[in-house]
Amino acid sequence: MNVFNRLLTGVAIGAAVSMSSLAAYAETPANMLVIANRIDDIITIDPAESFEFAGSDVSRNIYNRLVYLDPLDLDAGYKPGLAESWTVSEDGKSITFTMKEGNTFESGNPVTAEDAAFSLQRAVILNKTPSFILTQFGFTPENVAETIKADGNTLTITTDKKYATSFILNCLTATIGAVVDKKTVMANEVDGDMGNTWLKTNSAGSGPYKLDSWKPNDSVTLSLNPNYSGEKPTMERVIVRHVTESASQRLLLERGDIDIARNLNPEDISGATAAGGIKVEDELKGQLMYLALNGKHPVLSKPEVRQAFKYLVDYAGMQDSFLKGQYTTHQNFLPATYLGASKENPFSLNIEKAKELLAEAGVEGLEIEAGVREAQERIEIAQTMQNTLAQVGIKLNITVGTAKQILGRYRSRELDMYVGIWGPDYPDPQTNAGTFAYNPDNSDEANATGLLAWRTAWDVSDEMNAKVEAAVTEGDRDKRIQMYQEIQQEFRETSPFIVMFQRIEQSAMRDNVMNFSTGQAVSSAAYWQVTK
Amino acid sequence: MALSENNSEGRPIRAPLFHRFGPTVKVILGTLTSIIVTLLGLLLVTFVIGRIMPIDPVLSIVGERASQANYDAVYLQLGLDKPLLVQFLYYLWDVIHLDFGTSLLNARPVAEDIARVFPATLELATIGIFFGIVLGVPLGVLAAVNQGKWIDQIARVVALIGYSMPIFWLGLIGLLIFYGILGWVGGPGRVGIFYVDVVPSVTGMILVDSIIDGNWAVFKDAFSHIILPASLLGYYSLAYISRMTRSFMLEQLSAEYVTTARVKGMSEWNVVWKHAFKNIRVQLITVIALSYAGLLEGSVLTEIIFSWPGIGSYITTALLSADMNAVMGGTVVVGLIFILLNIFSDLLYKIFDPRAK
Amino acid sequence: MSETQTLRQWLLTETPTSRRHAKISAFYKGWLTLRSNTMAMIGLGILVAMLFVAAAAPLLAPYDPFVQDLGNRLAPLGVEGHVFGTDSLGRDILSRLIYGTRITLYIVALVALIAPIVGLLVGTVSGYVGGWTDAILMRITDIFLAFPRLVLALAFVAALGAGIENAVLAISLTAWPPYARISRAETLTIRSSDYISAIKLQGAGALRIITKHIWPLCISSLIVRVTLDMAGIILAAAGLGFLGLGAQPPSPEWGAMISEGRRFILDHWWVATVPGLAIFTVSLAFNLLGDGLRDVLDPKAGE
Repeated sequence: MNVFNRLLTGVAIGAAVSMSSLAAYAETPANMLVIANRIDDIITIDPAESFEFAGSDVSRNIYNRLVYLDPLDLDAGYKPGLAESWTVSEDGKSITFTMKEGNTFESGNPVTAEDAAFSLQRAVILNKTPSFILTQFGFTPENVAETIKADGNTLTITTDKKYATSFILNCLTATIGAVVDKKTVMANEVDGDMGNTWLKTNSAGSGPYKLDSWKPNDSVTLSLNPNYSGEKPTMERVIVRHVTESASQRLLLERGDIDIARNLNPEDISGATAAGGIKVEDELKGQLMYLALNGKHPVLSKPEVRQAFKYLVDYAGMQDSFLKGQYTTHQNFLPATYLGASKENPFSLNIEKAKELLAEAGVEGLEIEAGVREAQERIEIAQTMQNTLAQVGIKLNITVGTAKQILGRYRSRELDMYVGIWGPDYPDPQTNAGTFAYNPDNSDEANATGLLAWRTAWDVSDEMNAKVEAAVTEGDRDKRIQMYQEIQQEFRETSPFIVMFQRIEQSAMRDNVMNFSTGQAVSSAAYWQVTK
Repeated sequence: MALSENNSEGRPIRAPLFHRFGPTVKVILGTLTSIIVTLLGLLLVTFVIGRIMPIDPVLSIVGERASQANYDAVYLQLGLDKPLLVQFLYYLWDVIHLDFGTSLLNARPVAEDIARVFPATLELATIGIFFGIVLGVPLGVLAAVNQGKWIDQIARVVALIGYSMPIFWLGLIGLLIFYGILGWVGGPGRVGIFYVDVVPSVTGMILVDSIIDGNWAVFKDAFSHIILPASLLGYYSLAYISRMTRSFMLEQLSAEYVTTARVKGMSEWNVVWKHAFKNIRVQLITVIALSYAGLLEGSVLTEIIFSWPGIGSYITTALLSADMNAVMGGTVVVGLIFILLNIFSDLLYKIFDPRAK
Repeated sequence: MSETQTLRQWLLTETPTSRRHAKISAFYKGWLTLRSNTMAMIGLGILVAMLFVAAAAPLLAPYDPFVQDLGNRLAPLGVEGHVFGTDSLGRDILSRLIYGTRITLYIVALVALIAPIVGLLVGTVSGYVGGWTDAILMRITDIFLAFPRLVLALAFVAALGAGIENAVLAISLTAWPPYARISRAETLTIRSSDYISAIKLQGAGALRIITKHIWPLCISSLIVRVTLDMAGIILAAAGLGFLGLGAQPPSPEWGAMISEGRRFILDHWWVATVPGLAIFTVSLAFNLLGDGLRDVLDPKAGE
C-alpha cells in the first residue's frame, strides 16, 4: 500500500507547490480604475428608465446633461454643461438653453439642441418610473412636441406654471436629464420603443466614457469615449466588479487587486485602515433610514403612540455600534446639505417618556409586525427596536424578506411597521417633501403608491399639502428655506415617520487614488477626474 | 447541498418506459418521451411557483419609486393580466421554438445569459469533480483494502468531515487564509480584474479559452482563481466518491474470485486493481456522474462567496426577483443535464453490468 | 452476575422462542456491532449530549439569548464571562448557541419525520401497484429529483414566506424523492418474493400487505439513509438561514448566526466560526452514526 501513500503525498505536495507559485499581482495598471461594488440593482442603463444607485453611477459617466454637477466642486450646485447659458422668460414659465458648440457623441455625431429636445421628450413619452421628475412640470406625451422645443442652437422648455428655476435645473442634473444621440438611438428602434431595448444595454452619450460591457451581477466595463470633447481622463478603463461580501471586497483591496471598495461595513473599514496603504473617504449621502407606522393600524395611528415610538429608538446606541461611521443621527425628511434642511434632532431614547405617552394613549399588550428587507443593518435596527419596544411591553415580530416581497406589502399598506431607506431623486428639497409630507388623497382608491405618505396611510393635513405645493413655486430662496423649515418642524412632531439616520458613504481606497467622488448627497459616482 | 444524493439505492434514475420496450427504436422513443415529460413537469412546477410566489415581478422592474400608472403599464406588458394557463401555453410555445424569452430584469435573452453563466459553473464543476475522482477513488480503495485498520478510520473521518462542513463557512475561511493571508491563490471572481475580457470568449470557459488563445498569463490567473472554490467542491464530492468506492470495493474483495486469486498467489496490487477495481468501474462511473450532475446544478453558496457568476447564483438571484423567465430557462438547462447524465449512466449499466441484463 | 449472563444469553440465543424474542435478539446483535464501532459511538455520544443541552438549555445558558448590550458587542472569546464572546448586538454567543440546539433539533426531527414517510408512501404504492400509477408517481419523483435542490427549497420558502416551519416544509419537499426511490426498489424485490405470494394466497389485501409486510422491511434502509441525510438537512437549513430565508430574527438559528457573523469574519472571526463549528460537529456526529448504522443494517456495505 506504500504506493498509494506515496501517490497521495505526491499529489498533495504537487498541489501545494503549484499553488504557492501562483503569486497574485499586487497592483492594478496605472491607467485603469478597478472598483468593487454591489451592482445587482442595475436592471437597465437607459437614462430614461434607470433609477437605482449603480445604474446612475454608470449613466453619470457616460452621458452629459444640459447642466452639470462638478464632482470636485459639488457645493457650487449646477454649472453649465452641454448648454453654455440659459435665460428665463418674463412669466417665469419658459427656459431657453443655448447649446455649447463642439460636443460630440461617441458615434462622432455632434451634440445638438435637437438631441437634447429628443432626449427629454423621449423620457416623457416612454413614461418609465423616473419620468415623474420631468412630468411634474406639466409635460405629457401629448404636449412635449410643443413644450420641449429645439430651434437651431437653442432649446426651450415651457412648464405649466412658474417654478423656482433652481428646482427645474436641479431636476435636469438627475439621470433622466441625460442627452442621448438621437440618430444612433433611433437607428436601433424596435417596434416604436424609441431605442429603449437597445439603450438598456448600450450607450450613446457624449460623456467621458462609453460602455464596453455590462454583465449582470458580474461587472460593468467602461472605456474612454474617443470623441469626448473635454479633457482626456487619466483612467482609460474603469471596471466595476460585483462583489457582494464586504470581507471579499476588503481582501481584494488589501491585496491591491482593486483600487476602491465601496461596500465595506464599519468593522472592515476600521480593519482595512489599520492595514496600511489604504485610506477611507467619507461622503454624506442623501439616503435616510426611517421607520413608518401604518396609519391604518388602530393603535399606531394615535398621535401619542407615534410620539412614543420616536422616543423608543436608540439613536445614539446604534450610531455608535453597528452603524458606526456609516450613519449619523438625522431626524428630518430633508437630508443635511439640502436647501432648507433642518438640523434639529430633538428625540433620543427615553423609555420613561415613552411609557407615559403610551399610558396616555391607553396602550396595553400591543403586538405588531415589522417588515424588513434582508439587509443586515436593517435587520439589526429592527432587532434593536424589538429590544427597546419590549421594555415598554410592545411585542415586535420581525418579518425578513427579499426587497420585492417587503416592498410589495408596504406599497399595498399591509405592514404595521416598515424599516426603510429613502434616497432623493434630484438635488432639490421637493424630492423628499413631495413624498414624505404630501398626500392629497389618502383613500385606498387613490392608489398613490409613489408617495411614501400614502403608503403609510398618513392623512396629511390640507394645510401641510398646501405648504408643500407653495414651497415648490416660491422663487425667493430665503422664503423657500423658511417654508421648508416650518414643514419639517410640523412633520417631526406629527408624522408617522420616524426619520432616524442619514447615510455616510465610506469608500475605502488605495492611498494613491485621488479625487474619487461618490457624488455626495446630490449625485452619483464620477470617475473621469480620478487620478492615481 | 450541491451534491445530489439522489442515487441512494446505488442505481440511477430509470424511466419505467425504458425497459418495457425491447427494440432499440422503442427504447430511444421511450427515453425521449420520458425526457420530455420530465422537462414539461419541471417547467410547469417552476411556472406555478413563479406565479404563487408573493414576489412581484413588476416591482422588480419598476422599482420603489414607481407610480401606479408605471406599475400598471408593465403589468400589462408582461401579460400578467391573462389567465395562468394562457400564460403558460404562450411560454411553452416559445420554448418549443427554442426561445427562452428575455430576462424580465435586464431585458437580455435568457439563452444568452445562460450561455454566459453556465460555462462558469461547468468549469468549476469539472475541476471540482476531477479533484474528487483523483483523490476520492484512491482513498476509497485504500480504505477498503485496509478495512478496519487506522487508514480506514482516517479515510472515514476525512470523508465525513467533507460531508459535514458548511461550505459557505469553509469558503470564507479558505478565502481568508489562502488568499488574504498567504496570497497563494487568486481572490473572488473568475480572473483578476485586468484580465477581464482579455481573451476572446469561444467556449465561455476561461481556462479553455486562454489555451485556445495561447495566453498563458490569463490561464495562470484564471487557474489561481478557480483552484480554491474547485478544491472545496472537490472535497465535497471526494467525501461521497470515496465512501461509495469503499463500499463497492468491499463487496468485490469479499467475493470468491478474489480469494481464489489470492490463493493462486497473485500480487495484492493485481488483485486490487486488475480484478476488484475493474469490476466496480461501472458502478463508480454512475456515482461520479451523479456527483458531477450535483455540482453542475451550481452550488449557490460557493458561488456567492467566491463572486462566481455561475448558474446557481443566476437562478437564485432571478428567483428572488421573480424573474421567472430566467429561472425557468436555468432550471430546464440544469434539469436536462441531470436527466442526460442519468441516462448516460443507465446506459452504461445496461451495456456493461451483466446483472442488469 | 449470573442474571446478566442469562439476559445476555437470552438476547444472543440462536433459537429464539418467539417472534418478539427474535426481533429483540436481532436488535441486540446489531447494537453490539454498532457498539464496537468507536466512530459511530462518538457520533451517538455527541447527539445524546446535544439532546441533553437542548432539554436543559435554560439551565445551561449563562445569559438570556435575546438580551442585547450594544456597549459590549463583538467581545472576543473568553472575555468577562462570555466564553464564546458576543455578537453584533452584544448578545452572548454561547447562550445563543445553546438555545440554537433546540431549533436545529426541531428542524431535523420534523424533516426526518416528513420526508421519509412521504417517500415511503409514494415508493411503496408505486412499487406495489405498478402500471400507470407507478409511471406517474415515478415521473413526479423524477421531476423533483431533476430540480436544483436549493433552488426548489428557496422557491418554496419564497412562496410560503420565510420562517422555520416553512423552511422545514421546503427541505422535506426536496428530500423525499430519494426515499421514494429506495422504498420502490425494496418493494419491487419484496413484492415478487414467495413470502408475499403466500400471504396473498391467504387472502390479505393490498393495504394490509403494504402496511404490515412491506413497510417494516423498508424501514432499516430508510433509517440508514435518514441518518446520513441529517447532515445534509442541517446544512440545508443553515443555508436557508444563511440566505435570510430560514428562522427569523432574533431566533438563534445557527445558519442565521453564521450569516450575521460573516460580516466580521476578518477581524472577529469567532462570531461566525463558533456556530460554524457547531453545525460541523452535529452533522459530523450524524454522519459517523449513519456510517456505523449502514455497516450494521445494510448488508451490501458490510463485510
